[in-house]
Amino acid sequence: MTHSTRTAPPPDPLTGPHTAGRRPGHRPVDRRSRPRSWRDHPLRRVTPWLFLLVPLALLVTFTYVPVGNMIYYSFTDWDGVSPDRSFVGGDNYEELFTRPDLFRVFAVSLYYLAASVVQIAAALYFATVLSFDLRLRNLFKGILFFPYLINGVAIGFVFLYFFQDGGTLDSVLSLLGIDSDHAWLGDPRSANTALAGVSVWRFTGLNFVLFLGAIQSIPGELYEAAQIDGATRRQQFRHLIAPGIRPVLSLSVILAISGSLSVFEIPFIMTGGATGTQTFVIQTVKLAFQFNKTGLASACAVVLLLIILAVTWIQRRLVPDEKVDLV
Amino acid sequence: MTAPARTPAPLDGRPARRRPPRVSTVLTYASLVAASLVVLVPLLVVLLTSLKTSGEVADGTDVLALPHDWLNFSNYGTAFTDGHMLMAFGNTAFILLFSVTGTVVIGSMTAYAVDRFEFRFKKAVMALFLLATLVPGVTTQVATFQVINSFGLIDTRWAPILLYMGTDIVSIYIFLQFIRGIPTSLDEAARLDGANAFTIYRKIIFPMLKPAIATVVIIKGITTYNDFYIPFLYMPSEDLGTISTALFRFKGPYGAHWETISAGAILVILPTLLVFLFLQRYIYNGFTQGATK
Repeated sequence: MTHSTRTAPPPDPLTGPHTAGRRPGHRPVDRRSRPRSWRDHPLRRVTPWLFLLVPLALLVTFTYVPVGNMIYYSFTDWDGVSPDRSFVGGDNYEELFTRPDLFRVFAVSLYYLAASVVQIAAALYFATVLSFDLRLRNLFKGILFFPYLINGVAIGFVFLYFFQDGGTLDSVLSLLGIDSDHAWLGDPRSANTALAGVSVWRFTGLNFVLFLGAIQSIPGELYEAAQIDGATRRQQFRHLIAPGIRPVLSLSVILAISGSLSVFEIPFIMTGGATGTQTFVIQTVKLAFQFNKTGLASACAVVLLLIILAVTWIQRRLVPDEKVDLV
Repeated sequence: MTAPARTPAPLDGRPARRRPPRVSTVLTYASLVAASLVVLVPLLVVLLTSLKTSGEVADGTDVLALPHDWLNFSNYGTAFTDGHMLMAFGNTAFILLFSVTGTVVIGSMTAYAVDRFEFRFKKAVMALFLLATLVPGVTTQVATFQVINSFGLIDTRWAPILLYMGTDIVSIYIFLQFIRGIPTSLDEAARLDGANAFTIYRKIIFPMLKPAIATVVIIKGITTYNDFYIPFLYMPSEDLGTISTALFRFKGPYGAHWETISAGAILVILPTLLVFLFLQRYIYNGFTQGATK
């Protein structure tokens, strides 16, 4: 394809020499207040679709087809293997909402929700502290962030060793003069607390770096002005830092909520969901791939999807996000 | 993006602009050191354990005790050979190569089409991509598994490759942000010289996307390297283990052999550490961009 015309960015007026080359009738005033150009060429209409063909095919095949199928499966009693399945209406949903053991796993999310409060608070504290000039600033920044990059299975093993009897935690505690032979992963409460603690260890770094980036993008002159006006550090935090990080903070909150609802990797690797550490996603995965209850598992997945969509929607309503400029 | 240079540095000898008051300085450092210990101690103990002999680990001495022989790498040998770590690194590298390349090509093509063309349903297409970010990947595996199964790709390395390529909206977004900054006059100049849309993409846009490509390669590389669930679900056979699943399988045979498990874990962490040390700045920027998409 050769096209002698050029596409003009809207503010840039078309100039003669570019269009004069091939096209005989260069009309200064067109129906669309712009000369016929490459924009109106039939091939121009197909080209973007050629670029989008593969990406869209992948997106539809691996996101939308599964979501559609999942909704369909959730109304059947399919076991995921046999060729026949029968339509059972809302039975799976009824089972999900009436069998308390199926829904109770959501309670485990509360541990992770509490943990994410700790996580965001810690991240906020360290981001504020490290936005000032300190010795070894980059070293501390690196150490705090690094856990986020570590492989989840490796983290799982590191902390299995950490929490086991006579493991790292017990040894450190006895160094500090506290003798404990508590089986950290032995009962539901302490096991869930321990696992939520691992999640804090793993994800604080990401929040921290996000907050730090937001704080550092606040111009330094503002701090100077504040200091000249005699603002205390607390006042600086409230009136300078807090507004500057609000978008990132709201993002972190939404990530924390949807993350707490869909916890999977760490408990799956460390305990496999034993001793009351089963999360909703672990349960869903087990229903689907161990107990061959694809129908029921799909219903679980649909419920989780709806909850997450609702949470996101509420967040968008509460905090109108000027950053969403993708569309 | 935050420029590190923006932080005031006390080069001129005068007190820095953003220095905290003296009284709290000690407490500040104390909290930082404490946090660093919380991060490092669990990892260092595992490093120590990986250098111990099975006798040292089994006789119930303090886990904080130092190994007798600091150069005892035999556990690494066991992890490498018996734990199939070499094969696992191979499989991971294979998957990484294809999925990262695919993500870069697909993401940049999508961004180019969306940013440089006006077409019908453009908003609908973008909404489709945007909405997909909200779908939690782990749960839809219930149905995705059946899709992959219908293609006959279960237990092949193509299953994870396709899934990693097909569901990466973050990288599309990173490319989109970047492509907006490339002046359209470049496209137009090329078009005047007779270049078609594909040539423009390949010869002009793609080379100029280098910084964005670096970001995507790093983020995608690290998340793919660390992913556990997709290879666990789609590649059950042992010789298709990736580093995550191969390490996970240490749990059975080495259940009580913490020295071997530790060596395996350190082997997995080490490449990440090296990448982090060399590419720190890109990694911070990349993950900041990726998360605030």
